Amino acid sequence: MAMDTQADVATAGLGPHPVRPFRFYTSLILQESTGLRAATLAVLLKLLRTVPESCIYHHTHFFLLQHNYLIPEPTNDFAYWIAEVLGEEGLGELLASMDILEHRTLASLREALIETIDRYVQEHPTARLRFVGEGEEFFFIKAVHVIVPTRFQASTLEEFAYALEHVSPASLYFHMFDARLRVGERANDFAVWLSQQLGLAELGESVAGLDPYGHTLEALRAILLGLVREELRRTESAHA
Amino acid sequence: MPDLAAYEPIAGPSVVSDLRELAKRLAGRRVLMVNSTRLGGGVAEILNRMVPLMREVGVDARWDVIEGTDPFYRVTKKFHNALHGKAEEIPPEMFETFLEVGRSNAQRIDLDVDIAFIHDPQPITLVEQRPKRPAVKWIWRCHIDVSRPIRTVWQFLEPFVKRFDAAIYSSPAFAQRMDMRQVLVAPSIDPLSEKNRELTPEEIDAVLARLGVPKDQPIITQVSRFDYLKDPIGVIEAFKRVRKSVKCRLVLAGGTASDDPEGEEVLAKVREQAKGHPEIHLLMLPADSHLEINALQRASAVVVQKSIREGFGLTVSEALWKARPVVASAVGGIPLQVKHGYSGLLVHTVEGAAHAIKQLLNNPAYAKRLGENGREHVRQNFLLTRHLMDYLLLFLALDYQTETIRLNGV
Repeated sequence: MAMDTQADVATAGLGPHPVRPFRFYTSLILQESTGLRAATLAVLLKLLRTVPESCIYHHTHFFLLQHNYLIPEPTNDFAYWIAEVLGEEGLGELLASMDILEHRTLASLREALIETIDRYVQEHPTARLRFVGEGEEFFFIKAVHVIVPTRFQASTLEEFAYALEHVSPASLYFHMFDARLRVGERANDFAVWLSQQLGLAELGESVAGLDPYGHTLEALRAILLGLVREELRRTESAHA
Repeated sequence: MPDLAAYEPIAGPSVVSDLRELAKRLAGRRVLMVNSTRLGGGVAEILNRMVPLMREVGVDARWDVIEGTDPFYRVTKKFHNALHGKAEEIPPEMFETFLEVGRSNAQRIDLDVDIAFIHDPQPITLVEQRPKRPAVKWIWRCHIDVSRPIRTVWQFLEPFVKRFDAAIYSSPAFAQRMDMRQVLVAPSIDPLSEKNRELTPEEIDAVLARLGVPKDQPIITQVSRFDYLKDPIGVIEAFKRVRKSVKCRLVLAGGTASDDPEGEEVLAKVREQAKGHPEIHLLMLPADSHLEINALQRASAVVVQKSIREGFGLTVSEALWKARPVVASAVGGIPLQVKHGYSGLLVHTVEGAAHAIKQLLNNPAYAKRLGENGREHVRQNFLLTRHLMDYLLLFLALDYQTETIRLNGV
């Protein structure tokens, strides 16, 4: 995804296999109303089945960017509303602890959300009776993502480390989250480039294996930088 | 006026560089802002800052205001109240006055632009010029809480709204079920304005001394005009409950419009409730008391906004920006600003407000954490720079129908 423009296909002249530079992008988000709202779990369930996939993505990911300063990070929008506004804490907990990484597609994530709520409501029929007042409903929002290249580009691991340290949280968010669920890559952008372009399969695997949902964006940046710097040290000592 | 670079240390360098990067794609784009007044009110305040910043990043933005007559403003005042849900008697000739003034403004205002950005209902009929200007993109920016409008007025305005390419609302709760693009853009505070800039402890002390508010006990403050919808009497009741176990002072700072008979009535009731309580300070401040509001918010142990209804409630963001712990009603745009238990406490009743205030006064470390989180929440979501970014994104998005827009380097 990050390497799909002509500008990015310049060769870096590093050995027999030219490295395609990694261009850092950022994703800027414009929120749009769908006009759809839910005051009860029954309506929430009904709308969950029909809203566009971009709504599912927005309500399970945008909070990571919006609250990236909070430790520990708060829960996704569905979990927050159900626990804090509707007052069904048990279900809120179940939704907050869903393993989003298990889902390779938004369709699968949507199904899991529906199944979790549906099962809970069947096991706890009184949950159906809960409702919220006007203005406190769950409002379904969809997002327009405007993806813009940043001035950061890397052809070597050193340059990658430098860029990683300086890009905005929105750029990290784009490469770690968007690439996998919205763009349909198997792993995050960083992992793919490190393995395929720099030939650092082990580092690529470690980066691919990170659970980005378990950390704030700044914590994630620190972990990624740690892995990259460790690799740099290893290469340096091997060459010494 | 501060330039964009002045916001870099506050909003973060990456935010400002993203803004500049995005704006390159809009260089020279002619944008016309139209509202009803150049002075006074939140819309004019924002445009005063927004237009120069847009020009600084290369957008050819200008600002015009419609010219109205007294009868026209009487109609638009009634429209405003009705859109907020207040029943109003509006005879047919008033609708006619509204349309006439709109048409005469359409003759005068230069609409040779790329984007016509119309604020609120007063200039909404300019969109009737659309057939004459097929290349212009039209945006309607609604600053009003239209979640429960009086139907007759909304039905009158709706055909105009539908002719725009996009409508902007401050909160998803205000958006309508309409088959058109409805964008969500929250309002913002200017961190460099007199109301929000950093103050020295000496400046704060001087204001408090001048206003006669001692600092001997923790101060609880609500800033808002004396209006039933802001529930100042509920705040006093909550305060009295708190005061039973925790020594503290209450400041109700605000004003009341001289032509608002209800305001005087509310103030009289508030005075009655405060009688015999020297620890309750009622401060009648002029509309331009920005430094005083700033100092009072900064001196407060807890800032309260116990409104019954609220447009957006930017006083909450003002307090959070000063890292103050906030107790606020879950109405209007307040739940967007306060995530309960993370960046403040949301309440629904007088009893709940009293309980939350006590929790914060008795747990300073918890209160401090909520305040600091609140400041970061505002930094990320409610500063002028984010507001500018949203407008630029919308200008770009008007040219696309897709949910993902990929822009190449410039």
